[in-house]
Amino acid sequence: MSHHTIDLTEVLYTYPDGTTALRNLSLHIGHGEAVAIVGSNGSGKTTLLSHLNGVLFPSSGIVNIGGYPVTKQTLTQIRRTVGMVFQNPDDQLFMPTVYDDVAFGPLNLGLPPIDVEKRVTAALKTVGALELRNRPPYRLSGGQKRAVAIATVLAMEPAILVMDEPTAALDPLARRQLINLLRTFTHTKIIATHDLDMVLDLCERTIILCNGTILMDGPTIDIFHDKKLLDQAGLEQPSSMQSCPICSKLG
Amino acid sequence: MIKLESNWLDLRRLDDLANQKTFIHCLDPCTKLFTTLAFVMIVTSFSKYEITSLIPLTFYPIALMALGNLPYNHLLKRLVVIAPFVVFVGLFNPIFDQSPVANLGPLVISGGWISFISITIKLILTVTSALILVATTGINSICAALFRIGIPKPIVIQILFMYRYLHVLLEEFLITSQAYSLRSFHSSGIHYKAWGSLLGQLLLRTMARAQRIYQAMLCRGFDGEIRLLAMGMRTKRDNIYFVFWLAFFLFCRFLNIPQVLGKLLLEGF
Ligand SMILES: Nc1ncnc2c1ncn2[C@@H]1O[C@H](COP(=O)(O)OP(=O)(O)OP(=O)(O)O)[C@@H](O)[C@H]1O
Ligand SMILES: [Mg+2]
Repeated sequence: MSHHTIDLTEVLYTYPDGTTALRNLSLHIGHGEAVAIVGSNGSGKTTLLSHLNGVLFPSSGIVNIGGYPVTKQTLTQIRRTVGMVFQNPDDQLFMPTVYDDVAFGPLNLGLPPIDVEKRVTAALKTVGALELRNRPPYRLSGGQKRAVAIATVLAMEPAILVMDEPTAALDPLARRQLINLLRTFTHTKIIATHDLDMVLDLCERTIILCNGTILMDGPTIDIFHDKKLLDQAGLEQPSSMQSCPICSKLG
Repeated sequence: MIKLESNWLDLRRLDDLANQKTFIHCLDPCTKLFTTLAFVMIVTSFSKYEITSLIPLTFYPIALMALGNLPYNHLLKRLVVIAPFVVFVGLFNPIFDQSPVANLGPLVISGGWISFISITIKLILTVTSALILVATTGINSICAALFRIGIPKPIVIQILFMYRYLHVLLEEFLITSQAYSLRSFHSSGIHYKAWGSLLGQLLLRTMARAQRIYQAMLCRGFDGEIRLLAMGMRTKRDNIYFVFWLAFFLFCRFLNIPQVLGKLLLEGF
């Protein structure tokens, strides 16, 4: 798997209760691309991301990662390639201490303890959570949990990074740090988010989801300039692109 | 509600306690596991009317709590939680077993009451020793030790997940009941009519959450193997520890220490 590409062809997904969350969705993401997935609540972002590492399997259609279809047989390999940060950090942290939690993945990769320690320290340092290492994760603040959850994935050194709302619950400084961190991650990354300012900073390409289908797929700048399109998707221009409301009132 | 909450959240304390670095914590998990098993076997092997000779065995949990830096009141609180079960298990003894065994002045003590007390002591001792094992070893190390001594992997994984999900269940319970109490105006507790839907809700939420956590574990390469950073090593210290406690247990088992002491005292005079 030298090329970390993602291909979805005609993916349809229906939840067991009958809700269809993805409707014949097709897309291609190339090696090293940074792609934002945006869309209103319930548009299918989390469902889409869940298909990228086999948390969910399509009801029909095919998901290809690096040229291999996501199946039960390829799952181990796929999960080594695709690192996933969940929407809710509480679901991701289950060990008694932050350190153990971050070490969980590297240990499962079968690394020797010295390498595990190196990776854990490095990952925690990157997210600025090294001093939390002996704390129990369930007693951290929302933002700290988020940082640690990201570290658990970074420690696995995935080739494709998939994140569901990484900046939710982060304070401005932590958010800025995360954005800078993500900028240094040069592999393929896919970010589902409501934080359009971050998208503007990080992703050259944006996919707008609406009701389980792709409403628009194109360069971020173009999409964010199209107010009508954003309206249709239930989104708003990022605040950095809106003209200052105070100044315009004055003028 | 608040009170209940702080009690439940305390459950995670056990994990914190297991993260200490005392002499007891640094022992090999297998050693502690075997010692605990030996203790439980000895305690349960006493006859059902035995009370006095059980007393010296309390030295074991007390010594461990002191050496392992475990707060007494925390473990006591947990014992209170299991108290209803103890009562339930022993309840029928005084009713069915009315044979008199001793007279305390006008008071006739039946065999049933003696066995009730005996069962209570035994349960308290065994549960405390299990709690101490978890609080000095940590569930992951215990499971790794279980696996090492040849318990089949599926069973070990079951234990591991039961322990993990117990917390998930309690947390979900807390969240659900808090959400309920914030939007209902019954000053105390949960209205009986709401219990049904609340419990159903709780079950579904717990299952969904457990599923998500399991998925997150899978995503980070979990394949049923428990891997630990620091695997315990059996050293001379472990052997001494085990032999010491085993000797002590057997001593208590086959020598009624309180009785012997009493005799010695009487003969002295
Ligand atoms: N476990 C589930 N069972 C049934 N339906 C679900 C389940 N999870 C999500 N859905 C439904 O699938 C659709 C897509 O949900 P999804 O979680 O993918 O949205 P999202 O874009 O991630 O939204 P948000 O921005 O709120 O995170 C929604 O209509 C939702 O109600
Ligand atoms: Mg979502």
